[in-house]
Amino acid sequence: MSDVVLRTHALVKRFGGIPATNDVSLVVEKGARHALIGPNGAGKTTLINLLTGVLQPTSGRVELLGQDISKLSPHRRVGLGLVRTFQINQLFASFTPLESLALAVASRLDAARRFWQPVGSDAAIATECEALLGQFRLLEHAERPTRELPYGKRRLLEIALAVAQKPQVLLLDEPAAGVPAAERADILATVAALPAEVAVLLIEHDMDLVFSFATRITVLVNGTMLTEGSPAEIAADPQVKAVYLGDTEIAHG
Amino acid sequence: MSFQTSLLARSRWRPWEIGAWVVLWALPLVAGQHAALINEIAILALFALSLDLILGYAGIVSLGHAAFFGMGAYGAGLFAKHVMPDPLMGLLVAMVLSALVGFITSPMIVRGTDLTRLMVTMGVALVLYELANKFDGLTGGADGLSGVVMGPLLGRFDFDLGARVASAYSMAVLFLAFVLMRRMVHSPFGSSLQALRDNRLRLSAIGLSVNGRLAAVYTLAAALAGAAGALLTQTTGFASLDAFEFHRSADVMLALVIGGVGWLWGGIVGAIAFKVLHDLISAVTVQYWTFWIGLFLVVLMLVGREKLFRPWTWWKKRS
Amino acid sequence: MLTLLFDGIAFGMLLFVLSLGLAVTMGLMNFINLAHGAFAMAGGYILVLLMQKAGWPFLACLPAAFLLTALAGAGLERLLYRPMYGKPHLDQVLFSIGLVFMAVAGVDYFIGSEQKNVQLPEFFRQRFELGSGALSLGMGSYRLFIVAVCVVLALSLQALLAKTRFGARLRAAVDDPRVAAGLGIPVDRVFMLTFAVGSGLAGLGGALGADLLGMEPAFPLKYMVYFLIVCAVGGTSSITGPLVAALVLGIADVFGKYYVPKLGSFIVYSLMIAILLWRPQGLFVRQGVR
Repeated sequence: MSDVVLRTHALVKRFGGIPATNDVSLVVEKGARHALIGPNGAGKTTLINLLTGVLQPTSGRVELLGQDISKLSPHRRVGLGLVRTFQINQLFASFTPLESLALAVASRLDAARRFWQPVGSDAAIATECEALLGQFRLLEHAERPTRELPYGKRRLLEIALAVAQKPQVLLLDEPAAGVPAAERADILATVAALPAEVAVLLIEHDMDLVFSFATRITVLVNGTMLTEGSPAEIAADPQVKAVYLGDTEIAHG
Repeated sequence: MSFQTSLLARSRWRPWEIGAWVVLWALPLVAGQHAALINEIAILALFALSLDLILGYAGIVSLGHAAFFGMGAYGAGLFAKHVMPDPLMGLLVAMVLSALVGFITSPMIVRGTDLTRLMVTMGVALVLYELANKFDGLTGGADGLSGVVMGPLLGRFDFDLGARVASAYSMAVLFLAFVLMRRMVHSPFGSSLQALRDNRLRLSAIGLSVNGRLAAVYTLAAALAGAAGALLTQTTGFASLDAFEFHRSADVMLALVIGGVGWLWGGIVGAIAFKVLHDLISAVTVQYWTFWIGLFLVVLMLVGREKLFRPWTWWKKRS
Repeated sequence: MLTLLFDGIAFGMLLFVLSLGLAVTMGLMNFINLAHGAFAMAGGYILVLLMQKAGWPFLACLPAAFLLTALAGAGLERLLYRPMYGKPHLDQVLFSIGLVFMAVAGVDYFIGSEQKNVQLPEFFRQRFELGSGALSLGMGSYRLFIVAVCVVLALSLQALLAKTRFGARLRAAVDDPRVAAGLGIPVDRVFMLTFAVGSGLAGLGGALGADLLGMEPAFPLKYMVYFLIVCAVGGTSSITGPLVAALVLGIADVFGKYYVPKLGSFIVYSLMIAILLWRPQGLFVRQGVR
């Protein structure tokens, strides 16, 4: 039997009187390839923010690996293995990918509080950075400031920073969003090549990516879980079709 | 060049840095008659260096940094008068005191908007000013704390009227602070501070505590500012309320901006430029200094801060 | 004690008029303008100079102070402030500090550094006494006048915002300048007009309060903290926020300086720090505002 790595219990988030997240009980299993889909405004990013602790729920709980993390701050959750990427790139503009990854890896190794040893004195960190840069096709951009990188490369760096944390659960918020067609293949290949033990929860609008990647799909509408199931079940579900009304072909440009 | 070498290269001392320090160290020996001025510049440079830590590396805009300068000034003065006149002990005590105030007030600067932070930092300096004013039995109030007589430095060097020992002392403290801070800035911790300045959200998303780092760097900056204040009292024998005043916070901010925010040398370069300018211009009239420095600020901000150290961009078209 | 309360209210209302322009500028243009106090100082000096050098009557100087500072504000906004929108707050702070320094030095040089006194007309030097004993209320007619003027100003500004087209445009521009511009609202002109009115109000406040606060070159630096407190605590997204904050500040200051003269300002500053710690966004933030 697979283990549950991430679970929410009746999660609710209200803004004023409006429930952006309405009684969501989500279950993500170890090694999952789980996609979260829904029309715009369905509350997908809000849910991610609740899971990661950027937002506090109005009621309900979040459990990671059986531990209640509802009161933990975002950076602590990362330490426990819950990592996300952002829909809009959140990067260190003046850092090079090498420097950004060095910091991310140092953080994971609990070495980011060192104040005497210069950055780069730990050979293991440098080696790991090189591996990550290769894995995410960033080698030739490794020493350029992030603000000078093309958008697709920045998106790859966004994912690389998350993977550098060696997460147990990875939340990908629209990784292919806004990426020009020529660079999408890189993103798709990277997502497909994620380690098998990592549970991945993917939010996406691009149905090609969703159906080629996911083994389990949850549909979110107006903050409520509409239905869940395998890709085949979801594709055949008349409720889902009604919600999308033929939007399934629309990919992000 | 391997990635590791590349990362390490950033922390290596550049030849010009070593050269600059040789020149700086030569100054008290060569320009002995300007020892008092050198002393003042070293103190201002240390103060500006401490501000650079929070402004340049963590991105906190503070108009009340003088709070810690004043804490250090009065702390050192009172320690020398009532406990022990040893300079180094006094320096240490003053730094601990200022660090404490910095640590206690650090929760105030992590929340709120830029305006809130501005107000709170100014407010702390104002509160300390009022307290120092009120407890005039202890601090001398508006008359200031006088009669601070220091013992010999390291048990051997008496502070002389020509300020030679004083300037060497201040330079030494500045040098030590610079070397330590330079090391810190290029460490993983220092890197995380710059990352904090760039993108807080991302910093917590890679598992690092934003608030913890802000508190740490603020406390550290407070300690160094306190050291600068202590040096002033110890080398002049006097501490006054203007150590807490707004114009001191504004002046150090100005000096740092002139020298350049975020590269550690900015404090030193800016202090030299500021003091020299100040002495030149106020030789004419005090009002002229305020006016011209105001004009300088306005023009500099309109034109763009970075243009100051890149004269070749002055005539370039905007790309 | 009621007299103190009244004096506090008068001071608070004055602070409100002085700070309102700053609050609106901050809320509208997201610009931290530490030079706001210089406009107040300008108004005060205009009053003093017109009365002493040109022999104008007191009441006529007030609208003059408003108009002249408003004009100056409009000009400065166009020429100097506009390029600074969108720059980082640090730059704006330093820029406005530079302006203050220039203003302070200029006044010091051309007019001199001694405090200027205002000769109030006869009818403003009277005092009304109501009640007796502990409940006695002494109201100077001048302070009464100040309160009256400020109340009228506050009410008409509220009406201006709520009932006129300019008010609607201003509110839209505060909520979201880009959308407002997209709707065809001339955001540039709204900014300029608002800045002008805000500066004019500061000038009027400076003129009104010249007798109370004392006119000297260091005026902007002395009182800047108070204006900033009103904005930080009262928030910049309403009129009532700064009004309440100004009243609280005025009353706290007057009571503090009377009962605990040595610690008077200390109480005000500590109160401000405490409030900002409790509510970092200020006491009155509209829900859902950026």
